[in-house]
Amino acid sequence: MAFPSGEVAIVGVYESPRRKAPGVHPFAIQAECILGAVADAGLELGDVDGFATAAGFPSEGGLQMSLSEVAEYMGLHPRWFDGTDIGGATFISHAGHAALAIAAGMADVVVVSYAAAGYSGIPDIPFADYGTNNAGPGQFEIPYGPSTVSTYALAATRHMHEYGTTPEQLARIAVQCRANAAPNPDARFRDPITIDEVLASPVIAAPLHRLDCCIVSDSGGAFVMTSKRRAERLSNRPVYLLGFGEALGQLSMSQMWPFTETAAVHSGARAFASAGMRPSDIDVAQIYDSFTITVLLTLESLGFCAKGEGGAYVEAGELAYNTDGGGLSSNHPGRRGVFTMIEGVRQLRGSSPGVQLDDPKTCLVNGTGGSLSATATMILGV
Amino acid sequence: MDRPRPIPDALTQPYWDAAAEGRLLVQRCDACERHQWYPRAHCVVCGAADPAWVEAKGTGRLHTFTVLEKTPNPEFQGELPYVLAIVQLDEGVRVAANVVGVDHDALTCEMPLEVTFVDGLPCFTSPGGSA
Repeated sequence: MAFPSGEVAIVGVYESPRRKAPGVHPFAIQAECILGAVADAGLELGDVDGFATAAGFPSEGGLQMSLSEVAEYMGLHPRWFDGTDIGGATFISHAGHAALAIAAGMADVVVVSYAAAGYSGIPDIPFADYGTNNAGPGQFEIPYGPSTVSTYALAATRHMHEYGTTPEQLARIAVQCRANAAPNPDARFRDPITIDEVLASPVIAAPLHRLDCCIVSDSGGAFVMTSKRRAERLSNRPVYLLGFGEALGQLSMSQMWPFTETAAVHSGARAFASAGMRPSDIDVAQIYDSFTITVLLTLESLGFCAKGEGGAYVEAGELAYNTDGGGLSSNHPGRRGVFTMIEGVRQLRGSSPGVQLDDPKTCLVNGTGGSLSATATMILGV
Repeated sequence: MDRPRPIPDALTQPYWDAAAEGRLLVQRCDACERHQWYPRAHCVVCGAADPAWVEAKGTGRLHTFTVLEKTPNPEFQGELPYVLAIVQLDEGVRVAANVVGVDHDALTCEMPLEVTFVDGLPCFTSPGGSA
């Protein structure tokens, strides 16, 4: 079955305005988001017969069977479900899988949701920074002290070596996201920053500075999907899923080959092919910005510019991206994929809380999960 | 707080035993004659079972690196700043490691490196240098 381009729509979205919620269990934020998205769609919780989430990170409140845990907490007994977990890109993958299920008649109304106490944590639940432990493949990496930031820093160093990309060019991405956050009342940080301020912020893992890194928040989000036929009977303007692709790269640092591109080379090509589009057809993009380098690598990998030209491309400012302020300035509890979908829908509805473009028709959403590991690419349209 | 130690298993124990003696091993597939890292029960290229252990020359080039100035991991707070690197061995495989005994300002991609052992953990340094 080919991807059902244009047959499935997103009809409800909700992003929690929370950014700091100490003492609130993430499942309560899940409930806030799911109920909010269902209400936005003009539906009721009882209409939901499909559900997807991933909540097994320590800050997310669940364990190995987190999909079952959250469904139970919500009182959902879905006939279709998905607990795929590929890190931050997860919820975009869920949307792609759900589109197939809806088109096949295996679900009618699907909710995809996510929440985490990334900032506050959960008392007495140990923090986990990295996706592997020191047994199995991780025995050859964890003893050397990687951090989430460091893996992305390895990519930045190599990109600078091969293509002459500069710290100033990376900083430009952080400056742009902060400018986009300025009108967004819920954004974690809204005051403008300059390239010099990014470069003057403390180095976390060279060449990445603190302001090259996403903010950390407690929050969540959810969106509701249904068939085109049902969507047309609801009050919100349907936002259609036009193309989708996903790709698994690697998880271990030693397996990253090359360091200068992401799996979006593949997920993007698949998404564009299934939509019958190319980068020049895209009006606006939501690019998972865990770090500034993530955006630069993704833009190149998706084909918005040639490999190695990402620095000049972001300086030229041709493509509007991360219009709500992104993870760099608005919201990042740990996995941002759900928010890239939500902001994509808001843009196409004309209701972005950040910088709203003039009547965009297409939005590309790209998530990157793990350590530049897995990607999922969605093309939305109205 | 101590750094996390590798947890060997039946397949990887020979690697750590050799490292404790100052020798660096990698896998090599007898069927397709390719080197492989990290070690597995099969060759990821041709699928043949049980790649063999061979001793690496212990030399390579710095493919990429970062200097960690901060880390959320408490076991490594006392090590800051330290170098996390990907080293491309002359055998063609890439390994994660720390680079030690090199001025951080002198680090550059493609600089030659050679293996050195720190508490039984393979690390890399400038040829002729010592940790």
